Amino acid sequence: MDNRRKYVIPGDVVTTGPFRPEQNVILEGNKIISTTVGVSEIYDDSVKVISLTGQYLPKINDLVIGKVISHSSLSWELDINSCYVGFLPAQDVFGRDFSAHADELTSKLKSGDLVAARIANSDRTRDPLITIADRDLGKIDSGDLIKISPSKVPRLIGKRGSMIQAIEGATNAVITIGQNGWVVVSCENPEGLLKAKKAIQMVNEHAHVANLTDQVNEMLGTKGES
Amino acid sequence: MGGRDSTMVLLDENGIRCDGRKIDEPRRIMIKAGGLKNADGSAYIEFGDNKILVGVYGPRDVHPKHMSNTDTGILRVRYHMEPFSVGERKNPAPSRREIEISKVIKEALLPAVILDKFPRTAVDVFIEILQADGGTRCAALAAASVALADAGIPMRDMVAACAAGKAADTIILDVNNEEDQAGQADMPIGYMPNLEKITLLQLDGVLSPEEFKKCVETGIHGCKIVYELQKKALQEKYFQNGGNQ
Repeated sequence: MDNRRKYVIPGDVVTTGPFRPEQNVILEGNKIISTTVGVSEIYDDSVKVISLTGQYLPKINDLVIGKVISHSSLSWELDINSCYVGFLPAQDVFGRDFSAHADELTSKLKSGDLVAARIANSDRTRDPLITIADRDLGKIDSGDLIKISPSKVPRLIGKRGSMIQAIEGATNAVITIGQNGWVVVSCENPEGLLKAKKAIQMVNEHAHVANLTDQVNEMLGTKGES
Repeated sequence: MGGRDSTMVLLDENGIRCDGRKIDEPRRIMIKAGGLKNADGSAYIEFGDNKILVGVYGPRDVHPKHMSNTDTGILRVRYHMEPFSVGERKNPAPSRREIEISKVIKEALLPAVILDKFPRTAVDVFIEILQADGGTRCAALAAASVALADAGIPMRDMVAACAAGKAADTIILDVNNEEDQAGQADMPIGYMPNLEKITLLQLDGVLSPEEFKKCVETGIHGCKIVYELQKKALQEKYFQNGGNQ
């Protein structure tokens, strides 16, 4: 194990000295203290802890998968697996000439629909504003929803997308990963779909294991091919 | 358990207590992180004969809405004893004592948790005492702190807790039910071991200033023992297979 990475719990001193505290750490005197259970990483001038637990907190520009829970005459509310509900204004879907009288919101999105969306704005004062006005965003028509822990999303993506490419390559599935821990898998081949789902669950359960990509490859039966 | 025995010897001439412990020896403690699937974080603790289960939810929406705070998240704690947790059936409705303990545990956890990242939300801590044998508030506080860490709530430090007290004119660590009933003083202490700060300090009984000082020191020593077990519980859940990374 690299001596710059170590396992920490809340209150553990990660390091002391002139470092910039980044994610999940606080500065107390000259000590840098972890605030969560995770893996600490020390860079040249900064320190962060990658959390192994916890809920999803919306960040601007995150791609998330949301589920429509309700709507008013002007907007939808989406469950984005967070402590806040996502707010999707009707103009975003109907365009600028949206009229609350003429347009019926349920004609585009109904309760229970899954949506791939981006967090457009999120601050402390109000619920996060989300948008689907972009390429590859919008209603998801087909696929299976898998829920994993949001703290394990980076592991599922892997370094520069290596893990997800391995799974997609081996199963021919199309996988959309929301930063909020919701993943949609679609695949024409039912066997590939099952395999991809199993691989994702495997990453979720064994996220802390080293050389997980190799294990996933082995499970998918692609070892030695690539 | 039964009633109190006034003739009971709390400390014999060899310095051994009524349950066979030395004066500075805590009871057997076992902590397990996780275990409840539907809660966001959970912990189970066995502290001597105390058995306590803690579940944490949140951060989540606040109901009723008027309790929410636009500047920060709020912490809510419910300490509850099961009807079967004591010798004679306890009425499950919250008693005066349970309401008080909920409040002191909440206030002992507040200096540790960092909730200003989650405005307009609540973190709920549910503590269920399955079996009680003296010192439940300390055991509950220690377990609640593990459950909060398991739920991923940001914390400045863990909160460890242990009681100290006085029985047979001697300062003792980790007061059990008999010593609590027949002893001279009971002092529960909540302590943040890395920040070296006390978050809970209560005292029932009379102590001289010197005894008070010794009692606090003994209690903090107990907290450090509890902290090591809290650490172990979290490491077992999260890092068990990852030592080779």
